Amino acid sequence: MALKIVKGSIDRMFDKNLQDLVRGIRNHKEDEAKYISTCIDEIKQELKQDNIAVKANAVCKLTYLQMLGYDVSWAAFNIVEVMSSSKFTYKRIGYLAASQCFHEGTDVIMLTTNQIRKDLSSPHQYDTGVALTGLSCFVTPDLARDLANDIMTLMSHTKPYIRKKAVLIMYKVFLKYPESLRPAFPRLKEKLEDPDPGVQSAAVNVICELARRNPKNYLSLAPLFFKLMTSSTNNWVLIKIIKLFGALTPLEPRLGKKLIEPLTNLIHSTSAMSLLYECVNTVIAVLISLSSGMPNHSASIQLCVQKLRILIEDSDQNLKYLGLLAMSKILKTHPKSVQSHKDLILQCLDDKDESIRLRALDLLYGMVSKKNLMEIVKKLMLHVDKAEGTTYRDELLTKIIDICSQSNYQYITNFEWYISILVELTRLEGTRHGHLIASQMLDVAIRVKAIRGFAVAQMATLLDNAHLLTGNTQRNGICEVLYAAAWICGEFSEHLEDPMQTLEAMLRPKVATLPGHIQAVYVQNAAKLFATVLRKHEGETDSHAAQETSQLLIDRLPLFVQSANLEVQERASCILQLVKYIQKLQQKKVEVAEEVTALFAGELNPVAPKAQKKVPVPEGLDLDAWINKPPSESESEDEKPKAVFAKEEPKHSRSRHTEVDEKELARRREARKREQANNPFYIKASPSSQKVYDAPGVEHIPVVQIDLSVPLKVPGMPMSDQYLKLEEERRQKEKAERKKEKKKKREKRGKERKADSGPESEEDIAPAHQVDIVTEEMPENALPSDDDDKDPNDPHKALDIDLDKPLADSEKLPVRTHRPEVLKSPAEDRVNESIPQETKKRSGKEKKEKKKGKEKDRKRSKEEKKKKKHKEVEEELLESHPEEAVQSEETKEAATPPTSTSAEASELDFWLCSAPVPPAAQEETAPSSAAAVDTSSAAAPESEPDEPKDAEPEDTKSSKHKKKKQKKEKEEKEKKKKKRHHHHHHHSNAGGEDSVQNGTVEEEEPLPPMSNYFLLAENSYIKMVYDIQGNHQDESKVVVSVIFENKSDSFLKSMEFNVLDSLNSKLQRPEGAGAHDSLTVPFQLPPGISNEAHFVFSVQSIVMPQKLKGTLTFIVKSDESSTHEKLDFKLHFTCTSYLITTPCYL
Amino acid sequence: MIKAILIFNNHGKPRLIRFYQYFAEDMQQQIIRETFHLVSKRDDNVCNFLEGGSLIGGSDYKLIYRHYATLYFVFCVDSSESELGILDLIQVFVETLDKCFENVCELDLIFHMDKVHYILQEVVMGGMVLETNMNEIVAQVELQNRMEKSEVSDQ
Repeated sequence: MALKIVKGSIDRMFDKNLQDLVRGIRNHKEDEAKYISTCIDEIKQELKQDNIAVKANAVCKLTYLQMLGYDVSWAAFNIVEVMSSSKFTYKRIGYLAASQCFHEGTDVIMLTTNQIRKDLSSPHQYDTGVALTGLSCFVTPDLARDLANDIMTLMSHTKPYIRKKAVLIMYKVFLKYPESLRPAFPRLKEKLEDPDPGVQSAAVNVICELARRNPKNYLSLAPLFFKLMTSSTNNWVLIKIIKLFGALTPLEPRLGKKLIEPLTNLIHSTSAMSLLYECVNTVIAVLISLSSGMPNHSASIQLCVQKLRILIEDSDQNLKYLGLLAMSKILKTHPKSVQSHKDLILQCLDDKDESIRLRALDLLYGMVSKKNLMEIVKKLMLHVDKAEGTTYRDELLTKIIDICSQSNYQYITNFEWYISILVELTRLEGTRHGHLIASQMLDVAIRVKAIRGFAVAQMATLLDNAHLLTGNTQRNGICEVLYAAAWICGEFSEHLEDPMQTLEAMLRPKVATLPGHIQAVYVQNAAKLFATVLRKHEGETDSHAAQETSQLLIDRLPLFVQSANLEVQERASCILQLVKYIQKLQQKKVEVAEEVTALFAGELNPVAPKAQKKVPVPEGLDLDAWINKPPSESESEDEKPKAVFAKEEPKHSRSRHTEVDEKELARRREARKREQANNPFYIKASPSSQKVYDAPGVEHIPVVQIDLSVPLKVPGMPMSDQYLKLEEERRQKEKAERKKEKKKKREKRGKERKADSGPESEEDIAPAHQVDIVTEEMPENALPSDDDDKDPNDPHKALDIDLDKPLADSEKLPVRTHRPEVLKSPAEDRVNESIPQETKKRSGKEKKEKKKGKEKDRKRSKEEKKKKKHKEVEEELLESHPEEAVQSEETKEAATPPTSTSAEASELDFWLCSAPVPPAAQEETAPSSAAAVDTSSAAAPESEPDEPKDAEPEDTKSSKHKKKKQKKEKEEKEKKKKKRHHHHHHHSNAGGEDSVQNGTVEEEEPLPPMSNYFLLAENSYIKMVYDIQGNHQDESKVVVSVIFENKSDSFLKSMEFNVLDSLNSKLQRPEGAGAHDSLTVPFQLPPGISNEAHFVFSVQSIVMPQKLKGTLTFIVKSDESSTHEKLDFKLHFTCTSYLITTPCYL
Repeated sequence: MIKAILIFNNHGKPRLIRFYQYFAEDMQQQIIRETFHLVSKRDDNVCNFLEGGSLIGGSDYKLIYRHYATLYFVFCVDSSESELGILDLIQVFVETLDKCFENVCELDLIFHMDKVHYILQEVVMGGMVLETNMNEIVAQVELQNRMEKSEVSDQ
């Protein structure tokens, strides 16, 4: 025996260890593969030995070879053996190897469950640590299910080292075994307040990762995270939390309002760039989620943009890159603030770093306007010329096209310019994006009817000079544009000046070298051209020209008939036969042009890419139903053969259905045309391009005078510049005109309309051409569903679990029923106890809320006071305006989101609403709202008993608070908050016992409505609800928040809000505005969207109720028309609406 | 989340690879090659972020790397990680290596790949940042090494 051991260690001395292996590989550079294969043979031998040290050494070497790309899965079992060694040294090697090469498909993993469990409960923390680390890399659903409970135990381990690892790995467990999320979540939440910063950070990490995928389930944690954010000094944690808030704010705008201030402070105070950057990012997210109506937000945007500018100007390329990245986020919602930094961004286009150039390109996308599009594209074109690598050049090309085509060519004022740009782009050699240019050419030619004449002429030149494009390299992607060129020339051949010449160009022998699909288009469109030529010569006494054309086709087409491409061959032989027949007729002097043209009659309309998918299934049609009866197993002969045709009925009905549809379509189209003809806002697309120049505002552009023939002879010569020059000239003229006008205006209206005094407003530039975005692109009754691109395989979908629901008994984590000696471990014991407890605690989620009882009561008493007050007031109101009260009830209900059912949600509401007011502030405000305080204090004692039905919008008081924020108060506020959270925590723990007694009452509590908005007015287009809040800072002012909801399916814009002031209450208008001027609502409303605007009123006396009459005017803009609409309303200022809520915190 | 951590030298030879998502060995090698190709052609004075390669991740993923002498340290991360934070983390990792190996150089990584892994395991676990405090990392690594030594002397 002793001999054997000695032998073993001697063997080991001769074994290669990892270092020897590496050295060996380095010494065998020429025949590395051969050397390694001998090494692998050695390793196989070593693995066969009993000595665990030898095995571990072999496994260690395998790990190295795995890195070099060798598959070592054959040794999986040996790896498990090494993992189960009792020595830490070997165990570690085993787990490392496993973490590198095990995955879900590794079958030996199922052998490891017990070993891992044993290691997890090992008394040595490093055994546990190593097992956790390894497991985090190869956890499978089975392992997750079997070990979830053990890992959860470890989350409360005494050593922070283990705790943080256990917390982190829970994320992987959740992913693989989503059922564990709910039972484990309470403990995970606890870990957010772990005394060890590492554990805390790990918990934040996990929850952030979870929340990122399903943010709505984690909204209720916002107060806790807020507390962490204001208290933590660990930048890692802060960054994670701030990132998390960025994900939460879109779901809860009130959260954003709360965040702005602390984030702004952080931005000002932090020296860590990473933190600063994330703060800016989240502030941007907040600003995006909030309506832009709030005045102090422009300051936040300015701050962000200004900080980002500093980043971009930094010499550190990383900061520059990130600055641009964040800038692009602002761009989406606040393009104006970014546009002022155009210089900086254009400068970045010249950066030597490609990443930065790409980012800058992204930004350009949003910086264009009608004014500067030509300029920017010109600059990009220069870059295209200079760009060295094809990838960057291709990127530029796609960006140019993106920029120009964005939102249906919104910024293009002159499509001739755009076509020229596209033609210029065809000069790019070796680009991959020929098809992109081609599709743009097609799109523009089809949609912009007025441009067709110009486009056709350009395309004809392209075809004529096709040899320049196809030139030397055959695989050149650019020849795709010929596809577009041929099609455009054929389809719109009536615009061709010399169709004969184009026809000739399309039938050149060289064409046969083009890719098949292009040739096919050539052939087909040659036929169209042929038809045009015939018609042109129809009626001429001398039919010579027409016959010549036929002959040309008959001569050239055989080349295509021989094509190897089936499509080309088929089309060519078809057309060849046709032409031969026509020739015969021509010789008989028969007029054929009419009939040939008829072959290609009718217009082709664009169809949206997803249109087919969106056609709703007609009622009564079951696509899954068998058309024929499924072949029955016992195919009895008795069955009537008729069954095969049994479905004839439905077929009929379907065809009828489509018929109706077509008729209907035609009818609608007619109606639309008629309407368009009568609508002065609709610039009609006239068939001739010349006519377009009559459009108002552009008459003086001498575009018609361009001698097109000159540049066309030299293909590819940059001529888009001409348009730029013209544009500049036009602008100068206009400026001059405007100056005159302005002077006049100024004399008349004084300082009125300050905001609009920008040098040139967008609307002034009338587009020269109308782009047809036809509605028929989608089927008439297409379903507006956008969920086509959701990935059903996303593992995070399974984690979309409501965490606030009470735990059901069935949800407990599986606990082993059969336990080996491991059971003794103290931690384990604790778990088994704590789990059910945990469950109990959770299961009474609502109860728990109740249990918070007293503390809540106190808070609530204040609420209740409010509620009482409101109730009383409401009762009064009820008497005086019964219908209004009913309405308000309705709105309240409508405003209550379905998710707010759980008590947790109302807690969140409370947190979001109530910015705690320090006592000092309360005192300040007390006298001002003496009446209010009186009522509330009177109501206070009564409010003690918990009356569930009383639940009133907790939102009210909150919103009243959010306004007043003073720096001085802030510190105190924070302290308060902390205190309060402490309470929460305390109570949720202590509440465990009395839960049982108290639990039942809560059940009946109705859902607390979230807001106190009353209906203001409503018609078929828009609905307005409003809320009046007092103002702490200035008692003479009240803020009226109005939510505008677009109920129509049209776009609502130019909303103007006006109120007839009374002596007592006046709408605050911007300085210089007259007393009867209306206020512009600072946003537009797409269909179905609602947004909130705030209007400030100054009030003389708060004891006088008021009714103010007002009007909202707005423009309803649908695809075909826009109408001016108006809606009258009455604003009720009741005395109670001046009340200011002040929650008390005792 | 961190999807992968790659360390390779100026010639693209891998010195440490750590994928937090399963890829077969040949795919891993392909990813290393692609990443090396992307990273190596960049100057030293350009930014350290790179839109992810085609093989790993997608638009949500970024390559964040640092170049030290002969080695590239590349982290492939998704948008939940702070870019600058990861850059700092790489720095922390390298400084930790420097402490543990005393003046770390490429050779240390070549011959002690296993040790580098053990250090990395104390920094990142399962694709999530575990510890960013260098002293804490070094302490844990050393405690484990001591344990290993005590086991050797037991024999």
